[in-house]
Amino acid sequence: MKLLYFAWLRERVGHGEESVALPVGITTVAELITWLRGRSPGHDMAFAHGRLVRCAVNEDFATPDTVITDRDEVAFFPPVTGG
Amino acid sequence: MADPALIVVQSADFNVSDEIARLTAGRTDIGGIGSFIGVVRGTAGGRPITAMTLEHYPGMTERALSRIADQAITRFDLQGVTLIHRVGALAPGDNIVLVLACAPHRKAALDGTAFLIDWLKTRAPFWKKERFADGTEAWVDAREADDAAARLWGDLA
Repeated sequence: MKLLYFAWLRERVGHGEESVALPVGITTVAELITWLRGRSPGHDMAFAHGRLVRCAVNEDFATPDTVITDRDEVAFFPPVTGG
Repeated sequence: MADPALIVVQSADFNVSDEIARLTAGRTDIGGIGSFIGVVRGTAGGRPITAMTLEHYPGMTERALSRIADQAITRFDLQGVTLIHRVGALAPGDNIVLVLACAPHRKAALDGTAFLIDWLKTRAPFWKKERFADGTEAWVDAREADDAAARLWGDLA
Protein backbone atom coordinates (compact mmCIF):
# COMPACT_ATOMS: atom_id res chain seq x y z
CA MET A 1 0.00 0.00 0.00
CA LYS A 2 1.16 3.52 -0.79
CA LEU A 3 1.06 6.05 2.04
CA LEU A 4 1.37 9.82 1.57
CA TYR A 5 1.89 12.52 4.20
CA PHE A 6 1.44 16.26 3.73
CA ALA A 7 2.27 19.48 5.61
CA TRP A 8 3.19 18.96 9.28
CA LEU A 9 2.36 15.26 9.14
CA ARG A 10 5.10 14.91 6.49
CA GLU A 11 7.54 16.86 8.66
CA ARG A 12 6.83 14.74 11.73
CA VAL A 13 6.95 11.37 9.93
CA GLY A 14 10.16 12.50 8.21
CA HIS A 15 9.16 11.72 4.61
CA GLY A 16 6.24 12.33 2.28
CA GLU A 17 5.75 8.85 0.90
CA GLU A 18 6.29 5.24 1.89
CA SER A 19 5.20 1.78 0.81
CA VAL A 20 4.04 -0.68 3.42
CA ALA A 21 2.61 -4.18 3.36
CA LEU A 22 -0.75 -3.94 5.09
CA PRO A 23 -0.75 -6.44 7.97
CA VAL A 24 -3.48 -9.05 8.00
CA GLY A 25 -6.39 -7.97 10.17
CA ILE A 26 -6.10 -4.23 9.49
CA THR A 27 -9.13 -3.24 7.46
CA THR A 28 -9.99 0.37 8.30
CA VAL A 29 -8.31 3.78 8.37
CA ALA A 30 -8.56 3.89 12.17
CA GLU A 31 -6.81 0.51 12.50
CA LEU A 32 -4.13 1.63 10.03
CA ILE A 33 -3.41 4.75 12.12
CA THR A 34 -3.07 2.70 15.31
CA TRP A 35 -0.61 0.39 13.56
CA LEU A 36 1.34 3.25 11.95
CA ARG A 37 1.88 4.94 15.33
CA GLY A 38 4.10 2.02 16.30
CA ARG A 39 6.39 2.38 13.26
CA SER A 40 8.54 5.24 14.61
CA PRO A 41 8.50 8.08 17.15
CA GLY A 42 7.86 10.43 14.21
CA HIS A 43 4.78 8.48 13.14
CA ASP A 44 3.58 8.46 16.72
CA MET A 45 4.02 12.23 17.00
CA ALA A 46 2.32 12.82 13.62
CA PHE A 47 -0.83 10.99 14.71
CA ALA A 48 -0.80 12.15 18.35
CA HIS A 49 -3.38 14.83 17.67
CA GLY A 50 -5.92 12.64 15.91
CA ARG A 51 -8.57 15.33 15.84
CA LEU A 52 -6.37 17.34 13.47
CA VAL A 53 -5.61 14.49 11.05
CA ARG A 54 -7.60 14.16 7.84
CA CYS A 55 -7.42 11.19 5.47
CA ALA A 56 -8.04 10.45 1.80
CA VAL A 57 -8.26 6.97 0.27
CA ASN A 58 -7.52 6.91 -3.46
CA GLU A 59 -7.87 10.73 -3.58
CA ASP A 60 -11.31 10.84 -1.96
CA PHE A 61 -11.88 12.13 1.58
CA ALA A 62 -12.23 9.23 4.00
CA THR A 63 -13.30 8.66 7.60
CA PRO A 64 -11.90 6.42 10.38
CA ASP A 65 -14.41 3.75 9.31
CA THR A 66 -13.38 3.73 5.64
CA VAL A 67 -12.34 0.24 4.54
CA ILE A 68 -8.86 -0.10 3.01
CA THR A 69 -6.97 -2.77 1.10
CA ASP A 70 -3.33 -3.33 0.26
CA ARG A 71 -3.84 -1.80 -3.22
CA ASP A 72 -5.03 1.59 -1.93
CA GLU A 73 -3.27 4.94 -1.84
CA VAL A 74 -3.90 6.43 1.60
CA ALA A 75 -2.97 10.05 2.36
CA PHE A 76 -2.84 11.77 5.74
CA PHE A 77 -2.85 15.55 6.17
CA PRO A 78 -4.06 18.40 8.40
CA PRO A 79 -7.31 20.29 7.72
CA VAL A 80 -6.88 22.10 4.39
CA THR A 81 -5.95 25.79 4.26
CA GLY A 82 -5.95 26.78 0.58
CA GLY A 83 -7.64 29.69 -1.13
CA MET B 1 -24.48 22.02 -21.55
CA ALA B 2 -21.97 24.32 -19.90
CA ASP B 3 -18.39 24.33 -21.02
CA PRO B 4 -16.13 22.31 -18.73
CA ALA B 5 -14.36 24.35 -16.09
CA LEU B 6 -10.77 25.44 -16.58
CA ILE B 7 -8.82 24.00 -13.61
CA VAL B 8 -5.14 24.87 -13.24
CA VAL B 9 -2.64 24.33 -10.40
CA GLN B 10 0.61 26.16 -11.15
CA SER B 11 3.56 27.93 -9.54
CA ALA B 12 3.46 30.82 -12.02
CA ASP B 13 1.34 33.93 -11.52
CA PHE B 14 -1.88 34.46 -13.49
CA ASN B 15 -3.13 37.49 -15.38
CA VAL B 16 -6.74 38.28 -14.48
CA SER B 17 -7.53 40.14 -17.73
CA ASP B 18 -6.13 37.32 -19.84
CA GLU B 19 -8.17 34.74 -17.92
CA ILE B 20 -11.42 36.72 -18.28
CA ALA B 21 -10.73 37.09 -22.01
CA ARG B 22 -10.10 33.34 -22.28
CA LEU B 23 -13.33 32.54 -20.41
CA THR B 24 -15.52 34.79 -22.56
CA ALA B 25 -13.79 34.49 -25.95
CA GLY B 26 -16.23 34.32 -28.86
CA ARG B 27 -19.34 34.39 -26.66
CA THR B 28 -22.19 36.90 -26.59
CA ASP B 29 -24.54 35.00 -24.26
CA ILE B 30 -22.72 35.94 -21.04
CA GLY B 31 -24.29 38.65 -18.87
CA GLY B 32 -21.78 38.89 -16.04
CA ILE B 33 -18.54 37.54 -14.65
CA GLY B 34 -17.97 37.13 -10.93
CA SER B 35 -14.36 37.14 -9.76
CA PHE B 36 -12.41 36.48 -6.58
CA ILE B 37 -8.65 36.91 -6.27
CA GLY B 38 -6.98 35.65 -3.10
CA VAL B 39 -3.74 37.45 -2.19
CA VAL B 40 -0.96 36.76 0.35
CA ARG B 41 -1.44 39.09 3.35
CA GLY B 42 1.68 40.65 4.83
CA THR B 43 0.73 39.81 8.42
CA ALA B 44 -0.61 36.80 10.29
CA GLY B 45 -2.01 37.25 13.78
CA GLY B 46 -0.53 40.75 13.82
CA ARG B 47 3.00 39.51 13.03
CA PRO B 48 4.71 40.43 9.76
CA ILE B 49 5.38 37.53 7.38
CA THR B 50 8.10 37.45 4.72
CA ALA B 51 7.04 34.41 2.70
CA MET B 52 4.33 31.78 2.25
CA THR B 53 4.70 28.26 0.86
CA LEU B 54 1.73 26.44 -0.64
CA GLU B 55 1.83 22.63 -0.62
CA HIS B 56 -0.78 20.42 -2.30
CA TYR B 57 -1.70 16.82 -3.09
CA PRO B 58 -1.14 16.44 -6.85
CA GLY B 59 -3.94 14.45 -8.42
CA MET B 60 -6.41 14.83 -5.60
CA THR B 61 -6.20 18.62 -5.91
CA GLU B 62 -7.34 18.67 -9.53
CA ARG B 63 -9.98 16.05 -8.78
CA ALA B 64 -11.37 18.06 -5.85
CA LEU B 65 -11.36 21.31 -7.82
CA SER B 66 -13.14 19.68 -10.77
CA ARG B 67 -15.79 18.32 -8.46
CA ILE B 68 -16.31 21.71 -6.80
CA ALA B 69 -16.55 23.41 -10.21
CA ASP B 70 -19.06 20.84 -11.54
CA GLN B 71 -21.23 21.38 -8.47
CA ALA B 72 -21.17 25.15 -8.96
CA ILE B 73 -21.97 24.90 -12.68
CA THR B 74 -24.98 22.68 -11.97
CA ARG B 75 -26.24 24.54 -8.92
CA PHE B 76 -26.00 28.09 -10.32
CA ASP B 77 -26.38 27.24 -14.01
CA LEU B 78 -23.03 28.86 -14.74
CA GLN B 79 -21.84 29.28 -18.32
CA GLY B 80 -18.20 28.86 -17.40
CA VAL B 81 -15.78 28.57 -14.48
CA THR B 82 -12.06 29.23 -14.10
CA LEU B 83 -10.14 28.04 -11.02
CA ILE B 84 -6.42 28.77 -10.88
CA HIS B 85 -4.51 28.02 -7.68
CA ARG B 86 -0.83 28.71 -7.20
CA VAL B 87 1.58 26.43 -5.30
CA GLY B 88 5.18 26.81 -4.14
CA ALA B 89 6.93 29.88 -2.76
CA LEU B 90 4.94 33.14 -2.61
CA ALA B 91 5.55 36.56 -1.06
CA PRO B 92 3.20 39.10 0.55
CA GLY B 93 1.13 40.78 -2.15
CA ASP B 94 1.36 37.80 -4.52
CA ASN B 95 -1.76 36.29 -6.03
CA ILE B 96 -2.77 32.89 -4.59
CA VAL B 97 -6.04 31.94 -6.23
CA LEU B 98 -8.33 33.10 -9.02
CA VAL B 99 -12.01 32.19 -9.18
CA LEU B 100 -14.12 33.26 -12.17
CA ALA B 101 -17.77 32.34 -12.76
CA CYS B 102 -19.90 33.62 -15.63
CA ALA B 103 -23.66 33.50 -16.04
CA PRO B 104 -26.45 35.31 -17.90
CA HIS B 105 -27.24 37.42 -14.80
CA ARG B 106 -25.27 38.87 -11.89
CA LYS B 107 -26.78 36.92 -9.01
CA ALA B 108 -25.74 33.53 -10.34
CA ALA B 109 -22.28 34.83 -11.24
CA LEU B 110 -21.71 36.37 -7.79
CA ASP B 111 -23.25 33.51 -5.79
CA GLY B 112 -21.38 30.96 -7.89
CA THR B 113 -18.10 32.75 -7.20
CA ALA B 114 -18.75 32.83 -3.43
CA PHE B 115 -19.73 29.15 -3.42
CA LEU B 116 -16.57 28.20 -5.31
CA ILE B 117 -14.14 29.98 -2.98
CA ASP B 118 -15.97 28.88 0.18
CA TRP B 119 -15.88 25.23 -0.89
CA LEU B 120 -12.35 25.42 -2.24
CA LYS B 121 -11.11 26.65 1.13
CA THR B 122 -12.56 23.65 2.96
CA ARG B 123 -12.37 20.80 0.42
CA ALA B 124 -9.31 21.27 -1.81
CA PRO B 125 -6.06 19.74 -0.46
CA PHE B 126 -3.79 22.78 -0.14
CA TRP B 127 -1.74 23.74 2.93
CA LYS B 128 -0.12 27.09 3.68
CA LYS B 129 3.05 27.60 5.67
CA GLU B 130 4.04 31.11 6.74
CA ARG B 131 7.55 32.38 7.41
CA PHE B 132 7.69 35.23 9.88
CA ALA B 133 10.08 38.17 9.91
CA ASP B 134 11.94 36.62 12.87
CA GLY B 135 12.74 33.51 10.77
CA THR B 136 10.28 31.13 12.42
CA GLU B 137 7.79 29.16 10.33
CA ALA B 138 4.31 27.86 11.09
CA TRP B 139 1.61 25.95 9.24
CA VAL B 140 -1.60 27.93 8.96
CA ASP B 141 -4.44 26.55 11.10
CA ALA B 142 -7.74 25.80 9.41
CA ARG B 143 -10.32 28.38 10.40
CA GLU B 144 -13.61 27.36 11.95
CA ALA B 145 -15.13 30.36 10.15
CA ASP B 146 -14.25 28.80 6.78
CA ASP B 147 -16.07 25.57 7.66
CA ALA B 148 -19.08 27.60 8.76
CA ALA B 149 -19.06 29.59 5.49
CA ALA B 150 -18.97 26.38 3.44
CA ARG B 151 -21.73 24.78 5.52
CA LEU B 152 -24.06 27.68 4.68
CA TRP B 153 -24.21 26.30 1.15
CA GLY B 154 -25.35 22.86 2.38
CA ASP B 155 -23.81 19.49 1.60
CA LEU B 156 -21.58 18.92 -1.37
CA ALA B 157 -22.24 15.66 -3.16
